[in-house]
Amino acid sequence: MTTALEVARRVVDPELPMLTLDDLGVLREVVEDGAAVRVTITPTYTGCPALAMMRDDLVHALHDHGYAEVRVAVALDPPWSSDWITERGRRALADHGISPPGPARRVDGPVVLDLAPTRRAVRCPRCGSSATELTSEFGSTACKALYRCTACLEPFDHVKEI
Amino acid sequence: MHDDDHQSVYDGLTGGDESRWAFGAGLEAPDDALAGVGAPVPVGVDPHALATYCLMLGDDALVHSHRLSQWCSNAPDLEEDIALANVALDLLGQARLLLARAAVVDPGVVPVLPAGSPVPDEDALAFFRDAAEFRNVRLVEGENGDFAVTVARMLLFATHRLAVLQRLTASADPVLAAIAAKGVKEVAYHRDHAARWCVTLALGTEESRRRVVAGLERVWPFRDELSRTTPVEATAAAQGFGVDPGSVSDEVEAVLDQVLAASGLERPALPPVGEVAGGAGRDGRHTEAMGLLLAEMQVVARAHPLGRW
Repeated sequence: MTTALEVARRVVDPELPMLTLDDLGVLREVVEDGAAVRVTITPTYTGCPALAMMRDDLVHALHDHGYAEVRVAVALDPPWSSDWITERGRRALADHGISPPGPARRVDGPVVLDLAPTRRAVRCPRCGSSATELTSEFGSTACKALYRCTACLEPFDHVKEI
Repeated sequence: MHDDDHQSVYDGLTGGDESRWAFGAGLEAPDDALAGVGAPVPVGVDPHALATYCLMLGDDALVHSHRLSQWCSNAPDLEEDIALANVALDLLGQARLLLARAAVVDPGVVPVLPAGSPVPDEDALAFFRDAAEFRNVRLVEGENGDFAVTVARMLLFATHRLAVLQRLTASADPVLAAIAAKGVKEVAYHRDHAARWCVTLALGTEESRRRVVAGLERVWPFRDELSRTTPVEATAAAQGFGVDPGSVSDEVEAVLDQVLAASGLERPALPPVGEVAGGAGRDGRHTEAMGLLLAEMQVVARAHPLGRW
């Protein structure tokens, strides 16, 4: 018998399909009560358009495994942090050409203005070189920045620290 | 409309698993559970004041988001196009939650639509209110102008909003506190992005400097409205669920001084724009640009109040 938690843990992110929702840190809780399941997820960014897709994927997967009644709730608090991406998730990102995030900056009190380009120790996920430069703080999805490697000259995505 | 009208042209492409396809069929309608905004109103909080306060913060985000989204395919370069669209998306997400929260705590603020309309409350608020019912500051509704005007506006708006959201994380309303905690992380990126562009343009060419000076002069007179405390915000602060916008002035001024110093620019010596009939944006008194903006933003939704998307 496959538990609801096991089923939910296998559901992948719609935009980063190499990553499960569990490895992304979006899957908060799975509570099973007979044929009924209550799943709690959290959005990465407030405007994340993938949230409805995540919910539907969870519902479909659980239905397929015989759970008749599935409810998906969204918890906003505490807010998602890129620190919640698991070690396995970080390896999966790197294996697929996406640079995983460093530690998120801790915010306690006013957020200090940063006028210099964000400095991160980013390695090229393709050739491993640390000779990388930021192209833009904003990338193809809300959670990514754009980088390029000055050694192998390939562009790549970096998951931002939040 | 008959349900057959909603068959997606992409139906044949999904390999029988329509849940894998983001367009057309497959996505269920959004609901309150998805927004996570249904918590009860805390004791000691006036629901109408809370709803109005949520509309102020939500309308600021919605209208600014709409203006930024107008840059899509028009920005100076591809990276900036993507950046402005990302900022707009963050703000649209904040607006959705804030308008949905307003509707939950005081359903009386939601426009009444024809029976059977599938339009969720936050969409009814966004697309079926007239200008006089919008509570956003006038700063965010003005025409985009050139890129330097947008940078200047984003700098003033994001600097103020970041300071407000940071304090709002301690709100007595758990939903506002949660929205703020998430928003702080997002808006910190927006503010720093605008600040870096301000410095870049000011220290760039003679032409870029001329433009950013003109951009700051264009938006500066609308700055006052951000920090002017309305009765609703005074109530919000007194009841512990909101922030008195005047209380963040010192922090905002310090950040702006830092950006202007790095840019080698002076503060524009311009008086604030006056009120209209004794009120301003927070009272629903807007500039001419607002009506045109809403006409574009709302026309499709208003033409199909019973439409399914």
